[in-house]
Amino acid sequence: MIAMARYTQDKEELTQQKAKKFNLWLGMIGMFMMFAALSSGFIVYTAGGADRGIKTLLPDAFIYSTVLIVVSSVTMQMAYAAAKRTAFGRQKLLLLVTIALGIGFFAMQVHAWGVLSDRGVVFVNSNASQSFIYVFTGMHLAHIIAGLAVLARALVGRIRNIPQVNNVFRMDLAALFWHFLGILWIYIYVFLLLNQ
Amino acid sequence: MSTIGNASIHSVDHHGGHGHHHESFWTKYVFSQDHKMIAKQFLVTGIVMAVIAMLLSILFRIQLAWPDKEFPILELFLGKWAEGGRIHPEFFLALVTIHGTIMVFFVLTAGLSGTFANLLIPYQLGARDMASPFMNMLSYWFFFAACVVMIASFFVESGPASAGWTIYPPLSAVPKAISGSAAGMTLWLISMTLFIVSQVLGGTNYISTVLNMRTKGMDLWKMPLTIWALFLTAIVGLLSFPVLVSAVVLLVFDRSFGTSFYLSDLVVQGQILPNEGGSPILFQHLFWFLGHPEVYIVLMPALGLTSEVISTNSRKPIFGYHAMVYSLIGITVLSFIVWGHHMFVTGMNPFLGGVFMITTLIIAVPSAVKVFNYLATLWRGNIRFTPAMLFAIGMVSFFISGGLTGIFLGNSALDINLHDTYFVVAHFHLVMGSASIFGMLCGVYHWFPKMFGRMMNEKLGYLHFWVTFIGAYLVFFPMHFMGIDGVPRRYYSFTEFPFMDKWISVNEFVTWAAIIAALGQLAFIWNFFSSIWFGKRATQNPWSSNTLEWTTPVEHFHGNWPGEIPTVYRWPYDYSKPGHHEDFIPQTVPFSETMSSNLPHDFEGNQEAERIQREWELANKPQPEKEAE
Repeated sequence: MIAMARYTQDKEELTQQKAKKFNLWLGMIGMFMMFAALSSGFIVYTAGGADRGIKTLLPDAFIYSTVLIVVSSVTMQMAYAAAKRTAFGRQKLLLLVTIALGIGFFAMQVHAWGVLSDRGVVFVNSNASQSFIYVFTGMHLAHIIAGLAVLARALVGRIRNIPQVNNVFRMDLAALFWHFLGILWIYIYVFLLLNQ
Repeated sequence: MSTIGNASIHSVDHHGGHGHHHESFWTKYVFSQDHKMIAKQFLVTGIVMAVIAMLLSILFRIQLAWPDKEFPILELFLGKWAEGGRIHPEFFLALVTIHGTIMVFFVLTAGLSGTFANLLIPYQLGARDMASPFMNMLSYWFFFAACVVMIASFFVESGPASAGWTIYPPLSAVPKAISGSAAGMTLWLISMTLFIVSQVLGGTNYISTVLNMRTKGMDLWKMPLTIWALFLTAIVGLLSFPVLVSAVVLLVFDRSFGTSFYLSDLVVQGQILPNEGGSPILFQHLFWFLGHPEVYIVLMPALGLTSEVISTNSRKPIFGYHAMVYSLIGITVLSFIVWGHHMFVTGMNPFLGGVFMITTLIIAVPSAVKVFNYLATLWRGNIRFTPAMLFAIGMVSFFISGGLTGIFLGNSALDINLHDTYFVVAHFHLVMGSASIFGMLCGVYHWFPKMFGRMMNEKLGYLHFWVTFIGAYLVFFPMHFMGIDGVPRRYYSFTEFPFMDKWISVNEFVTWAAIIAALGQLAFIWNFFSSIWFGKRATQNPWSSNTLEWTTPVEHFHGNWPGEIPTVYRWPYDYSKPGHHEDFIPQTVPFSETMSSNLPHDFEGNQEAERIQREWELANKPQPEKEAE
């Protein structure tokens, strides 16, 4: 009888975990809609006149940051695999590497802003297509901050030695979200490249 | 937005099992994670906001009816905004703006969806709580913060936002343009950002709960229409609110950083502004991509609640259950491709206008399907006119009379005349304002016993209904004629123009109707709050209803059902089924207990079950041939 009750409760908890992961998927759909809106805003605006458009080459820093975030996705996946294999030391190390790469990505994007403004492609601009570059990258960076917080939370969980079920679940969600942020950046970069 | 990732992870370790919570005052009533308590929090906050927004409307109605008269009492309360006892023109604009904002977003979006999605989704699906109770709590507190910031804007020196609830730039983007575009507008933007966070947190939870946490046997086609409506509403919200974020972010940059997304070639108070190259129409596209779906976010929960209430109180299955669901889905899809009908007069390409006109008019099809199904459900029903039922029928009435004028407004040629006139005001106040608020009130009267364990007073309910129903028609119906005559909306004192001065008497009439209808709400407020403590105690299933929430005990506790979660065997609309001894069969009753009323299609092609049923019938029912002999 007790075993039965225990089983039902576990099942209810499993359903809840599934639902929470689903929440994250929905959240990502919402975030995607926001960037889709910005993209369509960019297209509508840029199509409005010949004097509009990006009209500059995107800085090389964007290529480097792309490499950084792709590598960080790989390390994140490895950290997740380590967590599942209960290789906790390795999980912690790889998480730290992922966080470091994430911060590197952040710094590289800010550096790219510097390069752009040195060329005179500034945020406050009568050609708002150029302002859009900052909006896209800035909004993405805001999400990167959230992503770093999620990674940090997974790391804290590891250090505090929370139960393995929860550890794996946190890592699962963190990896999913971090991959999403990488893909989102690649989308933004390709979108801007196609319009430069 | 970015809190989602955090929140969903954050709540993992807080919610293991249920039932062994040590609840203090704070965790039970304030930072509650229980869906029932959160629903009540949304409802009470929604009611408070509705009363505030209603009082604002009375203030501007007073100005419209008596533009030359002085009311010293107004100065007493409003100070410089009513200097000499007359509403100041700039304050008038703030009043209509905040009235619209509060009603559309805070009452009919958060107050309606927030209350009933939280209350009914876990209850009617057989779940112990939402997918993420923690996110759910955050959703309420973001909403609460948004309310506080919005109300706080009345207390800043330059007054609340005044550019209309649609906050079109350049008016909203240039702080110097009018006083309302200064600090008040900033607060409006902060408030709406908090509000959107609340909606996205809540909406993801609703969708996830519906898709993942239904009890055994509750497949999608056994869900009550309330759940279908709330589910589709949440999807619409999830897809459209983030677009508003984008629109608002760009507006914030224009306002505070000097970018030119929306601004170009402006001269304000003799000064040429530096902004160049922007397009205000871009904002309208982004805004209405949210704004139109928002109309259905407001309306669809009302359609869901009334479907349930009308079926229950007609003691008949809802007519065309599948058609009702498909029409909701149709409205959901169409809501995303009609936004251009708000922009017919922005210099839009006439061909594009034609496309938007066609998509808009197609919405009449699912809407009409719903109306006919409501009427067919009522037809020859064993109707019980409870207050909830009256409000549900009132909703159908407003949906018809308001929807009809939508056909005129959706026409891109007629819209040239009707755009921004009182015709529009009349249209949307009937079809989405009155219809939705009636849906919400219907829900409050119907589910009050579930929320508070007590009944509301019926007599006061009837009084409330008739005053509100007649009042709403008296207020909004005359506005159609003003609109056809070309009276523009949002004007401070249009009766000063000679060709419109004849409307002053109508304005007075409308204002008196509005004041009486507003007083009628006292019956509701008193009834609502006194019944919480002094109402007649409710039984477990006071309306003899089929859905799962009425199988829970009257006393609330976290987890909803004391034992196992019930299993569902049938759809929720088995009312007055021939052959059964009662006029309702709850969803939890298996077919094996209702052999005398089972029909072949109940078994969904299960041949074994059909065989058992046939055998039972041979053994128990007199054969019709024999009777004939």
